[in-house]
Amino acid sequence: MSKLRETRGQKIIGALEKNAVPILFGIICLIGIPFSGYSLGYLGQEIIVRISRNSFLIIALLVPIMAGMGLNFGMTLGAMAGQIGLIFMVDWGIVGIPGMILAMIISTPISAFLGWMCGKILNMAKGREMVTSYIIGFFINGVYQLIVLYGMGSVIPIKNTSLVLPRGYGIRNTVNLITIRKALDNLLAIRFLGISIPFATLLIIALLCIFIVWFRRTKLGQDMRAVGQDMEVARAAGIRVEHTRIVSVVISTILAGYGMILYLQNMGTLNTYNSHMQIGMFSIAALLVGGASVARASIGNVFLGVSLFHLMFVVSPPAGKRIIGDAQLGEYFRVFVSYGVITIALVLYEIRKRRKAARGGLLLAQDQVDSGEVDA
Amino acid sequence: MVDTSAPLLEMRNISKDFFGNQVLTDVSFSLHKGEILGLVGENGAGKSTLMNILFGMDVIQLTGGYEGEMLVDGKIVDYTSSFDAIADGIGMVHQEFSLLPDFTVAENILLNREPEKYSFISEVFGERLNSLDRNSMNEKSKKAIGKLGVAINSSMLVGRMPVGHKQFTEIARELSKESTRILVLDEPTAVLTEQEASILLSAVRSLANEGIAIIFISHRLQEIIDVCDTVLIMRDGKIVKNEKAQDLTIAQIARWMVGREVTHHADRRSFDYEHSSVMLSIKNLWVDMPGETVRNVSLDVHKGEIIGIGGLAGQGKLGIPNGAMGLFTAGGSITFEGKEIALNEPRRFLDAGMAFVSEDRRGVGLLLDESLDWNISFAAMQVNDKFLKKYLNGMLMWRDEKQIQAVAQQYIDALEIKCTSYRQKAKELSGGNQQKICLAKAFALTPKLLFVSEPTRGIDIGAKSLVLQALRDYNEKSGTTIVMISSELEELRAICDRIAIVTDGRISGILPAETPSEDFGLLMVSKRGNTEEKPA
Repeated sequence: MSKLRETRGQKIIGALEKNAVPILFGIICLIGIPFSGYSLGYLGQEIIVRISRNSFLIIALLVPIMAGMGLNFGMTLGAMAGQIGLIFMVDWGIVGIPGMILAMIISTPISAFLGWMCGKILNMAKGREMVTSYIIGFFINGVYQLIVLYGMGSVIPIKNTSLVLPRGYGIRNTVNLITIRKALDNLLAIRFLGISIPFATLLIIALLCIFIVWFRRTKLGQDMRAVGQDMEVARAAGIRVEHTRIVSVVISTILAGYGMILYLQNMGTLNTYNSHMQIGMFSIAALLVGGASVARASIGNVFLGVSLFHLMFVVSPPAGKRIIGDAQLGEYFRVFVSYGVITIALVLYEIRKRRKAARGGLLLAQDQVDSGEVDA
Repeated sequence: MVDTSAPLLEMRNISKDFFGNQVLTDVSFSLHKGEILGLVGENGAGKSTLMNILFGMDVIQLTGGYEGEMLVDGKIVDYTSSFDAIADGIGMVHQEFSLLPDFTVAENILLNREPEKYSFISEVFGERLNSLDRNSMNEKSKKAIGKLGVAINSSMLVGRMPVGHKQFTEIARELSKESTRILVLDEPTAVLTEQEASILLSAVRSLANEGIAIIFISHRLQEIIDVCDTVLIMRDGKIVKNEKAQDLTIAQIARWMVGREVTHHADRRSFDYEHSSVMLSIKNLWVDMPGETVRNVSLDVHKGEIIGIGGLAGQGKLGIPNGAMGLFTAGGSITFEGKEIALNEPRRFLDAGMAFVSEDRRGVGLLLDESLDWNISFAAMQVNDKFLKKYLNGMLMWRDEKQIQAVAQQYIDALEIKCTSYRQKAKELSGGNQQKICLAKAFALTPKLLFVSEPTRGIDIGAKSLVLQALRDYNEKSGTTIVMISSELEELRAICDRIAIVTDGRISGILPAETPSEDFGLLMVSKRGNTEEKPA
């Protein structure tokens, strides 16, 4: 069958449509920047901070996409595991980088277990991974609350009274992470053109990127890509499909746990009952803003997405105040835009899939005209 | 060329039934090193089942295994999975591509058999963390492609390649397995252009010269005669002929393929369709139905006739009714009783007074969890506003249960549907009775024209003749025009007035039903001449 002929206009429209989300955000940011009144230096600093804070979490999403499981809303499981690690770290009084490492060590087996469980369930719900992992997030949130709100301080010993609610058990709504606040960010921090750059954090993110690139080239990575494209073909070639999918979720969950620890060391406070629920949504939205789809995402999408998405967050409150006279707009925008972007990306994905299917018909019609059997 | 010593593969008295439905009876043949064995037969002749047995497919084990013996290299083998067969050197190239579109040719050829580079990390986390040896992957795949004598870039993405190259990639995958000694090619040339097909055929020859035994399944009989050493002709689960290819002609093979003992159709009628007006006119129809692509079909259906549409599986005959109704994307034009019917909108099709009994009974045809009376009446309720009690000038409509039950009972009696009552759920009925419910549903619409697709698929012989009789009776009593699509030529010949044969998405000919079977057989395997070539 020959190739579908398109006019240049159709090609341009196709390319625009492919990158609709990043282009839209670029335009919003470009309009917002002059209205916000911020200097470019300030915006540059903000973007560097957001990249160092968020990209680890977003990169954690890449592995399940590679395995064809879509956006891993179940990354909140890893975030919870990371938070549990941090709570123990504060309780045991370990500070600084060693404290972060301890938190990571504690989070790893919890993440791995939760990820394994999530993967098992997702294998039973093939084709509905995203909605299933979203709901699993809510379910495990309940278990997390049970442990943190009732278990800690009663069944699980917590010595540090400043962590515990006044009633004697349960962790307070906010946990102060002053002991590790910016511990990593300030390590090897350098100033460049008046912008402070958290070199160590960026180095770790770079290492993670290298890991992802290397991982794609391993046998396991290859298997994941094969499973992601067609489970039946992969199975017929002898690849252990179910196992591969579980491994991808486990890796993603563990990475999400580490990412959460990195994120919270930058923030300096842990919002015990909220942090993890928001982070999944914002990470996924950022990745989609970067031009990723449910089936395809790259490291480039991660950094473009973080930059654009957070630039909009930074710019929209003052810009909103200038334009409408209300700074609240920025906060409202955050949530509105996150959900909006995810919805748009999901719809676009389906539309594109359908359009791709329709190409078959167009080709048939074209062939028929070409062969001179019909008048156009 | 052909080794005359002990056969590489021998099948002895293979029989197989699927739940009492005999699909293979006493099949025996042998295959030598370097031999090319052509396997031909109509759909349902048992070719696929035979190959599934050879390849150790799960479906055979799950349905109770097979009788008889299979010997490879003189030893009796019993494969419990296709991986056993692969390990024993049997390679199979299926009709549907099993390639990953986002992988390169090399990645596809060596899928899950990639050469790896040792990495110390694998000591800790297991072998799957070894990285792939891209260079040696490229080399290996180039070597496999080289054996076929074609030029394909091994680092090209499969999704961007033309269909022919995909086919070559698929074959190269089997060749890249060092152990492959028996290669099964299922319709390898079906998607190829003439030029590509001739490259493939010469590649097949040179593979045989290297000692690989090949089972070549094709509907293009000229190829079979050209390339094969021996030809095995199957019909109704039996081997009817096992002949040297060089002595055969296409006409002979076609006759053996379709010729059945039953040639007598007592109730054949003569219907003068030419003097009856054209009811439905299909012009330049294309349908993008996966596996059943239709290209540029034009067909006139006359009022009151029963017209059959036949042809081999995958040639596009099923696409015609599915596209006409709008269940798959279609283009072209359809005129019904002088009015043009919009394509891709099933409701227009139904509103115009046409109905379609789908080949996909369980998916499209029936509400499996609902009772029979509902199944029979719901389409008529939706389309014709039948079986409804109207109140307030039609603003409120209520189901008329009494009428629904009465009509259900009427069809259950008329079609002899075996059920406990009209309250029984559709999923509890046997295949034949489900088919009759589908017919009853269509009849209840009182269509002026009825498309019936594969009405007897998967039902036993007794039920078959009842279903066919019901169609004929309906046509005669109510004058409904019927377009019947079926893979079984004999059943088309039994009730149709004339039969159109679809080959390669196009109608290759329309003949009166009393034409001898072999003429239809020739149409089925005929290849269109120069129009096959692609325009520059």
